[in-house]
Amino acid sequence: MFKKALSSPHIHCPDFSTRGLMFQVILALLPAAAAYAWLFGWGVVINMLLAIFVALGSEAVMLSLRGRPLQPSIGDGSAILTAMLLAFALPPLAPWWLTTIGVAFAIVVAKQLYGGLGFNPFNPAMIGYVVLLVSFPRELTLWSLPASLSTQTLDLSATLSYVFSGTLPPGLTIDALTSATPLDVMKTQLRLGHATGEIMAAHPVFGLVGGKGWIWVNLLLLAGGVWLIYRRVISWHIPAALLGSLFTVSLLFYALDPQHAPSPLFHLFSGAAILGAFFIATDPVTAATSNIGRIWYGAGIGLLIFVIRSWGGFPDGVAFSVLLMNMAAPTIDHYTRPRVFGHGGKDG
Amino acid sequence: MKLWSFHGGIALPGHKQESTGNPLRTAPLPRHLILPLSQHLGVPAEPLVSVGDKVLKGEMIARPGGFVSAPLHASSSGTVIAIEERPVPHPSGLSAPCIIIETDGEERWTTLQQQSDYRQLEPATIREQIRQAGIVGLGGAGFPSYIKLNPGKTVRTLILNGAECEPYITCDDILMRERAEEVLQGLLIIRHAVQALHCIVAIEENKPEAFHSMQHALQHFSEGANAIEIVSIPARYPAGGEKQLIKVLTGQEVPSGGLPIQLGVVCHNVATAAAVFRAVRYGEPLLSRIVTVTGSAIAEPCNLEALTGTPVMELLATCGTDFNVLEEVIMGGPMMGIVLADHEVPLVKTGNCLLTVRRGEMEQHPTVMPCIRCGKCADACPVSLLPQQLYWHARAKEFDKIQEQNLFDCIECGCCAYVCPSNIPLVQYYRFAKSEIREQQEQKRKADLARRRHEQREQRLAREKAERAARHARKKPGITDEKKKAAIQAALERAKASKSKQGAPTDDV
Ligand code: SF4
Ligand code: SF4
Repeated sequence: MFKKALSSPHIHCPDFSTRGLMFQVILALLPAAAAYAWLFGWGVVINMLLAIFVALGSEAVMLSLRGRPLQPSIGDGSAILTAMLLAFALPPLAPWWLTTIGVAFAIVVAKQLYGGLGFNPFNPAMIGYVVLLVSFPRELTLWSLPASLSTQTLDLSATLSYVFSGTLPPGLTIDALTSATPLDVMKTQLRLGHATGEIMAAHPVFGLVGGKGWIWVNLLLLAGGVWLIYRRVISWHIPAALLGSLFTVSLLFYALDPQHAPSPLFHLFSGAAILGAFFIATDPVTAATSNIGRIWYGAGIGLLIFVIRSWGGFPDGVAFSVLLMNMAAPTIDHYTRPRVFGHGGKDG
Repeated sequence: MKLWSFHGGIALPGHKQESTGNPLRTAPLPRHLILPLSQHLGVPAEPLVSVGDKVLKGEMIARPGGFVSAPLHASSSGTVIAIEERPVPHPSGLSAPCIIIETDGEERWTTLQQQSDYRQLEPATIREQIRQAGIVGLGGAGFPSYIKLNPGKTVRTLILNGAECEPYITCDDILMRERAEEVLQGLLIIRHAVQALHCIVAIEENKPEAFHSMQHALQHFSEGANAIEIVSIPARYPAGGEKQLIKVLTGQEVPSGGLPIQLGVVCHNVATAAAVFRAVRYGEPLLSRIVTVTGSAIAEPCNLEALTGTPVMELLATCGTDFNVLEEVIMGGPMMGIVLADHEVPLVKTGNCLLTVRRGEMEQHPTVMPCIRCGKCADACPVSLLPQQLYWHARAKEFDKIQEQNLFDCIECGCCAYVCPSNIPLVQYYRFAKSEIREQQEQKRKADLARRRHEQREQRLAREKAERAARHARKKPGITDEKKKAAIQAALERAKASKSKQGAPTDDV
């Protein structure tokens, strides 16, 4: 396609546009989002829609406060993506104000106050999540049970009324609907001195490799991620390095002490590891940019996830690991600058 | 032959078959020829004719204005009707001095000196003939060719560049298809002139006809065909860039800021070789070239052999351009060409392609989004630069940092801007930064020069003062030699002190 330009080049690659990239990532998230909603109920759908609504609203308000035109920024898909990623990280029955605060903080502070898309040093969705985790730890760990485990389910109107007013149908308590997440259970039980096999057998939240139900969401996320690589929307370096390093360190500990270290597969398929590897850590704005840099960056996140999960104060470590490595990205970029043609090296 | 690859580059849709479908045609003789005095890098030529002079075809009408300069010849016979500023093909749409000839339609030649056997000639004689023929590199920026023929060093590999990696352009393709013999004869002459040990003709794999025609011609060469290889290279833009091509063929990288000869390599374009052949064999100066006229506003895209100086407008008309739908004409290819502000500009020696763009085929207001640091530009950069970093620094006018990022290694190939999903006109930023930096350097140079002049003046004044004092002391009786010396010494010291206070002069001129 030709384009009007002051100087060459006069053609532009039709395959990529920033907007197109964002919407492909969103598309790749949809199957997993659907499965997530299927397994965990209406709350997921309400969360996602509310998050998107708040994200677009905050983006619009901030753009006008900053005196910027709404288009093309509002339509670039980045706010929707941030909202969806954050919604994925929130419990299905999160109250409306939790979602709203998280998303608004992500868009207003972590993104727009830094200058909008492309200028933010930290992944906005993860900033939003961490703010919530630090401020409302209890709400964030109350996870609904997957449909297959729970005897009680909420229909749409009951979910709506719970999310927006906190009232449940008579006779139901929130404890009957929720439990701690698999990672959470694993961590507390391991601290109490139980062995992994024992824990997984004793607690119904566990399935074959990780949390029951979660496996499907994770497999669909994996499929979406692989599709993104295939479409060259993201490169393979970050996901491969992230999952690879998480797998390797967890394998190491598992091999040393299988009784007290969860298996590598448990690590990969629990919590937000896959989501983080393909959809969060790959946010180009906040990641390292060269391919070698991306490998270091991804590997760093994988390692940090393991460290936080094993010894940190929070059950999952994806958000903190991503943010820590966001901080390291400029340094990584600095030290992984490619050798410029004709400069040194064996040929120059 | 083993081939190497370079980092980055992009696969582009070729759009070559549009213009290769039709045979090479000769453009009609225009009524007026517009010949810019500067058609190449370096110093403009100086006119040898005046208004009213009759000129013959092939007659030199302007002589080189310096070392890096080429003479200019009348591309047809006629009368000089003006020497004046005319619009020329230049990115900024500038006008520049041109000699305008009204053709008489007779195509009367000046006397030419033929030479049936180039091997009788000394390399230096060949170089001089090539210089006199006004031959410049026909593939790119138009560097006067004779300079590259004087390597002053052993040439291990002589490369003929027939890669023609930019989309749409097929003039070298057609030349190799139809005049392979001339190209190879030219190669032999250049090989003789630079005493090269080994020759490679590189052709991108998307030109099988040209490849076979060259091979065929080589096989039928009676003599001198040894140590010549015709090589098909992968089609990956910008494989035809000189440094990239050398990397592909030899695995070596021309050092930053350096020249191919440092690796024992000399590189010429195939069309240059054909021109060299005609210049040495028939004594013909460079008067015409093959130009691809193509694009969606052209009814019959084709290659035209046209006289330099022919107005672009006439070439477009020859190929049936629909001027009602014509939006833009690009001279050169879509990746590195320039948009012609005026269609009355003439075809110049370096004009390899006229690419027309139809109305509606062009995005009028491309939406530019912020850089999302996706790194696609860096993946595509054949020089392994970090275009996104260059862009940030250029935007922020951080010219020191941008030079640390090796801005001046950028070849302006456009790969980065082509792939950028945010549609940022990256190369435009680099051109801006480069010209700003050059401007600053020029000003610094001028300031240094002025300061040095000032210092020299101060020193001279101080010295004169010291000398006067000394003379004065000598005249005065009663002052001893010692005192005299002391006075001179003191004056000199003062001069020195004032000099060091100003800082040591630099010599970067
Ligand atoms: S391709 Fe464009 S958006 Fe991507 S890093 Fe380069 S300049 Fe930024
Ligand atoms: S224009 Fe310069 S920075 Fe961009 S790809 Fe080409 S060489 Fe690299």
